[in-house]
Amino acid sequence: MNANIKPPPPAAKTPDAGQVALAMQGFVSDFGPTAALALESCVHCGRCAEACQFYVQTNEAKYTPIHKIEPFKQAYEREVSPFAFAYRMLGLVPKVTGAELETWQSLIYDSCNMCGRCSLICPMGIDIADLVEQARHGMFEAGLAPPDYLGVLAEKEHATGSPFGLSVAKFQDMLHAIGAAHGVAMHVDEARADIVPTVSSIDLKTYPGSMAAIARILNHMGASWTFRTDGFDADNVSLTAGDRAGQRTTTLGIVRAAIACQAKTLLMPECGHSFTEMRWEAANAFGKELPFRVMQITEFLAEALSEGRIRVNKVHQKATYHDACQVSRRGGATAAPRAILKALGVELHELEDSGDEGWCCGGGGGVALINRAAPLRDKVFQIKRRQVEATGMDTVYTSCSGCRQTLDHGGKATQWNKSVASLLELVANNLKD
Amino acid sequence: MTLLDFARGIGLQIAMLVLIVGLCWRFSAILLLRQRPQLALSRASLLGQIAGGAAMIFSRSVPRRSFRRRIGISILLSTIFHVGLFTIIFGGAPHILVIHQLIGLSWTNLPKGVVVIISGLTLAAMIAMLIRRIVHPVMRLLSTADDYLTWLFVFLPVVTGILLSGETIAGYETLLALHILSVEMMMIWLPFGKLMHGVLVIASRGTMGFNFARKGAAT
Repeated sequence: MNANIKPPPPAAKTPDAGQVALAMQGFVSDFGPTAALALESCVHCGRCAEACQFYVQTNEAKYTPIHKIEPFKQAYEREVSPFAFAYRMLGLVPKVTGAELETWQSLIYDSCNMCGRCSLICPMGIDIADLVEQARHGMFEAGLAPPDYLGVLAEKEHATGSPFGLSVAKFQDMLHAIGAAHGVAMHVDEARADIVPTVSSIDLKTYPGSMAAIARILNHMGASWTFRTDGFDADNVSLTAGDRAGQRTTTLGIVRAAIACQAKTLLMPECGHSFTEMRWEAANAFGKELPFRVMQITEFLAEALSEGRIRVNKVHQKATYHDACQVSRRGGATAAPRAILKALGVELHELEDSGDEGWCCGGGGGVALINRAAPLRDKVFQIKRRQVEATGMDTVYTSCSGCRQTLDHGGKATQWNKSVASLLELVANNLKD
Repeated sequence: MTLLDFARGIGLQIAMLVLIVGLCWRFSAILLLRQRPQLALSRASLLGQIAGGAAMIFSRSVPRRSFRRRIGISILLSTIFHVGLFTIIFGGAPHILVIHQLIGLSWTNLPKGVVVIISGLTLAAMIAMLIRRIVHPVMRLLSTADDYLTWLFVFLPVVTGILLSGETIAGYETLLALHILSVEMMMIWLPFGKLMHGVLVIASRGTMGFNFARKGAAT
């Protein structure tokens, strides 16, 4: 993953008054009725801490999810809330300071996977993960995204449409090389196609087999499909960094590419946050409902298997499954991977907390892309490790390359002997001739 | 004018006025903010989303299985307190009488002894919740003056109610006046502090249920 990436810039100084003002502007721009209702409703019960892996693994109160957005909440109370005038006049809610923003940078970015377990436990129905995403907008606009890996990637994505700055020509070369290496015909930049698969930059760099797997399955189905080099990288690092402009640019590039070839289905790769972005936010960026379906790869495979468009051999294997939070809990596709595993004849041994209640791998929300967060990430990975080991299974399937990479890294850091594998590749490797 | 006359007359009128104006102000300030339209194709119909919102208003009262072990004490204390308060308000004979005088509805009251026991349990739960708020690192970190004031404004009516039922430390009229005044203080505080969650809970849970049904997300 580290190829082509500049070394991290020097540690940021305490934000100045201009940066604080930019952060406030960014925060205030996000306060609609839903966010206001959420911020007004918190009863400070602290239950969200018990759902957060960062708190559970460290026992440090600062990792309480609702506490992570304290400057955002403070900005709301002081600038927008029903009694803002009184809070300002009486000095009941102080101004957010640069020092506070500096302190909260690591809480908002390094220690939140935006996994939404806190949103699931909140007795008041506050979507804390969504508030964190919004709080990151103001932080990014003030230049307060983590200065190392995540910030660099977001900048590159903003400028080029790809967090690794891949050019169209480079992507074309990579696709053809992957096709040749895996013996599968690649469809690239065809003028018309029903299905346009997108890719994750993690797959491009680390798991290229997943692109060969998509091609193999779509060819098996006899589908009309093509990769589009004018809009291919769905990773959307900008989303997790809080870069609204970069997020929009990346998203609209993919939307336009799909429209250009009159696609009926935009196929999202094994990646959680890219699915969230394209399925739920792309239409807002586009300004109207998208003229094609957006499907996460597991939904697509489950549907195609149930309709008989994909035929697979039984593998008669035992395994466990790790849910990607943005696909299952927050994306509504919890049943899809289980239907795929069943169709393949895999005997699924669920984790103690699985499906909608599963724990994040530790890398979600861009945390995998923050180098300085590695020790904390490895600490929270231990929950997943314990739960996988408790199943007695040797193989963990997942349908998110970000999770796969985090589990692989966590495993290497702790000499873990489990195999982490792609559900997509399992299907592709077991297609009936 | 006696203290009781004040509590039943002008005091009640002021409390009602502040409560109603405050509620309207706080709700309108929230609802008048600009809502960003959601244009993505929903997984659920509008009716399904409304059903999702309605369901969550109730379902969030019962935490999911995997959370229960870690928040057992919080669930226990919160349940005793909320159920206790509800039972005292709607099961105590004097309260039913007040409700009857206000809106004409009436139902069978619980025996006084039962209400006293429930009041004691509610009070004990409240004290335990306060201690927990002071002692537990997470709750202490999150707590503000609002939390402690809100606790006080709920604690006072419960305590004066218990004292009133036994007519222990003062005469009936004095204790009744203090009880009514403590309730009026609570009414005045409600729109400004955390006590508002008793009203907001329906809106916040309903909104989340509606939005999550749209995505098919776990509720």
